[in-house]
Amino acid sequence: MRRAWPSPARAVPPILSIRALTKTYASGLQALKPVDLEIGKGEIFALLGPNGAGKTTLISIVCGIVTPTSGEVRVQGFDILKDYRETRARIGLVPQELHTDMFVTVWNTVRFSRGLFGKPADPAHLEKVLRELSLWDKRDDRIMTLSGGMKRRVLIAKALAHEPEILFLDEPTAGVDVELRRDMWALVRTLRESGVTIILTTHYIEEAEEMADRVGVISKGELILVEEKTALMKKLGKKQLTLHLQEPMAEIPAALVAWRLVLKNGGCELEYTFDARDERVGIPALLKRLGELGVEYRDLHTAQSSLEEIFVSLVSERR
Amino acid sequence: MNAFNGRGVLAIYLFEMSRFNRTFWQSLVAPVITTSLYFIVFGAAIGSRMGELDGVHYGAFIVPGLIMLSVLTESLNNASFGIYLPRFTGTIYEVLSAPVSPFEMVLGYVGAATTKSMILGMVILATATLFVPLSIAHPFWMVAFLVLTAATFCLFGFILGIWANGFEQLQFVPMLVITPLTFLGGAFYSIDMLPGAWRTVSLFNPVVYLISGFRWAFYGTADVAVGVSLSATLGFFLACLGIVWWIFRTGYRLKN
Ligand SMILES: Nc1ncnc2c1ncn2[C@@H]1O[C@H](COP(=O)(O)OP(=O)(O)OP(=O)(O)O)[C@@H](O)[C@H]1O
Ligand SMILES: [Mg+2]
Repeated sequence: MRRAWPSPARAVPPILSIRALTKTYASGLQALKPVDLEIGKGEIFALLGPNGAGKTTLISIVCGIVTPTSGEVRVQGFDILKDYRETRARIGLVPQELHTDMFVTVWNTVRFSRGLFGKPADPAHLEKVLRELSLWDKRDDRIMTLSGGMKRRVLIAKALAHEPEILFLDEPTAGVDVELRRDMWALVRTLRESGVTIILTTHYIEEAEEMADRVGVISKGELILVEEKTALMKKLGKKQLTLHLQEPMAEIPAALVAWRLVLKNGGCELEYTFDARDERVGIPALLKRLGELGVEYRDLHTAQSSLEEIFVSLVSERR
Repeated sequence: MNAFNGRGVLAIYLFEMSRFNRTFWQSLVAPVITTSLYFIVFGAAIGSRMGELDGVHYGAFIVPGLIMLSVLTESLNNASFGIYLPRFTGTIYEVLSAPVSPFEMVLGYVGAATTKSMILGMVILATATLFVPLSIAHPFWMVAFLVLTAATFCLFGFILGIWANGFEQLQFVPMLVITPLTFLGGAFYSIDMLPGAWRTVSLFNPVVYLISGFRWAFYGTADVAVGVSLSATLGFFLACLGIVWWIFRTGYRLKN
C-alpha cells in the first residue's frame, strides 16, 4: 500500500522526501515495508511507534548509517547515496544510544564534530550551542565525568555543531528527567524558529502532542498513518461523556440501548463514548431520554482521548 | 560541494593524534625499553661473539630488523585499535553520518596511525645510536621504506580493526601471525644463513622483503635484490588498499 501523505508545504518542494523505501537486514528481517514520506521545511515531525517498529532504521538510512534495500531518499532534492556529501552536510543526528567518547572534553568533541562535517572552525557558534544546552561550564570536562542527561546534551551539541538544516532526534528524552525534558522541548522550539526542520522519534505521546506539527505512526515497518496532529486528534479522538448519577443504577434501561452506555463505579456513573468525528452526536437526545426516564444526575463532564490512546488503539487494531 | 573534505580528514587525524598524546609515554616507552633489551642481549652479549654479518657489525646488523619489528607491531596495534574502538563504543555513527568519503576516512585514520609509527621508528633509531655506531647509506630510501611499511601495516591494522568482533581477535593476529613472521623474516640473521630449503620457504614471507629492503637502505647489502623488495612491499600495500576498497564498497561490518 503506497500513498502520498499530505504535506503542509505543498507549494515548496519538501526538504526530505522518501519514496518506496524498504530495508531488509542481513538476518532476513524486513524492518521497513515500502515507506513514503515527505517532510516540509521548518516542520516538526514526530515518528511514533512501539519498540522495533523501524524508527531508528528509517532515520539511520537517511543519515547514511544503514544502507537501504530499495527506494529513494532525497534531501533538498539531493540523493542520499549519489550526493551524500550534500545531504549529510545538511543533517544532524542525535542517536538513541549514548555513544560518546570517554576521555575527550566537551569542547574538543563539538569542535571535532564541526570539522568532521567540513565546516570551518567557529568558536562563537560552538559557544552559543554549549550555552543553550547549559554545557558551557562543563566545556573542559571529560565526557566520562558527566551524568547521563549531560551526555545526551553533549550529543545534541555535537549534532548542532555544524549548523544542520535538518535535525534528527532519536528518542531525545528517553531516560531524561522532567526538567531536562522541558529544556529539550524549549530548545526544539528555538531551533524551529531559526528554520531547522526537526524529526523526532518518541514513545512518549505527550512529547508528540506537545511539540509536533505532524505525527507519523509506524508499526512493524509500516507507516500506518501520517496526519496533522490537530486533525488527527480531532478525527480519531474519542470523546467521552460521564454522568454522575444521583441514585446508583442496577442496569441500563432498555430504552437507552442505542447509546451503548457503560455503567461504572458501582452504578454511580454512566459513561457514553462517541467518536469526535461523528456529526450525529447523540448527547441532546440522550439527555432528553434520561429526563423522560426520570434518571437524575448531579454532574456531568466530557473528556477527549489523548494522542496516546489514539496511538495505542491504532497499533492494536493492526495486531 | 563534491570537493575533498579536508577539514573532515584533519578532524579525524587530530582526534587520533590526541588519543596518541594521551598515551604518549605508554606508546613509546614500552617499545624503547624492549628494543634496548634486544640491543643489550643480542647486540652486546651475543653480538660480541658473532663478529660481522655481510660486512656489518652484528649489533648494527640487527637495527633495521628491530625497527621494523616495532613498527610492524605498533602499526597493527594502533591502526586496528583506532578503528575498532569507535565501532565498539558506537561513536562510529558520527563518522558514518558525516560527509566524509571512504578515502578520506582511511586517510584520517591510517594517516594518523602511520605518523605514530614513523615517530616510533625514529625514536627507536635514535635509541639504537646510543648502543651501536650507525651509518645510513641511502637515507631517502630508508625513509621511503619506513613510510611504505608503516602505511601498509596501518592499512592492514585498519582491516583487522574492521574485521575483529572482540578484543581477543584484535590481539590474536599480531600475536599469532606477525611476530613469528618477523622473527622468521631475517630480523636477527641473514637468510643466507638458513639451510637451503628454509631459505626458499622464507621467500614466501613478506616480512623478509621489508626487512631486507630496509637493511639495504642502511648498509647497501641485502638478502634479496632491492628492486624485488620494493616491488613486494608495494604489492602488499596495494593488496591492503584493495581490501579496504572492497570493505567500503560493500559496507562490510561498518554498515548494515
Ligand atoms: N543491525 C540489525 N540487524 C538485524 N536486525 C536489526 C538490526 N537493527 C535493527 N534490527 C531489527 O529491525 C527492527 C526495527 O528496529 P529499529 O531499531 O529500527 O526499531 P525502533 O522503532 O527504533 O525501536 P525502538 O523504539 O526500540 O528504538 C527490529 O525488529 C530490530 O530487531
Ligand atoms: Mg530506535
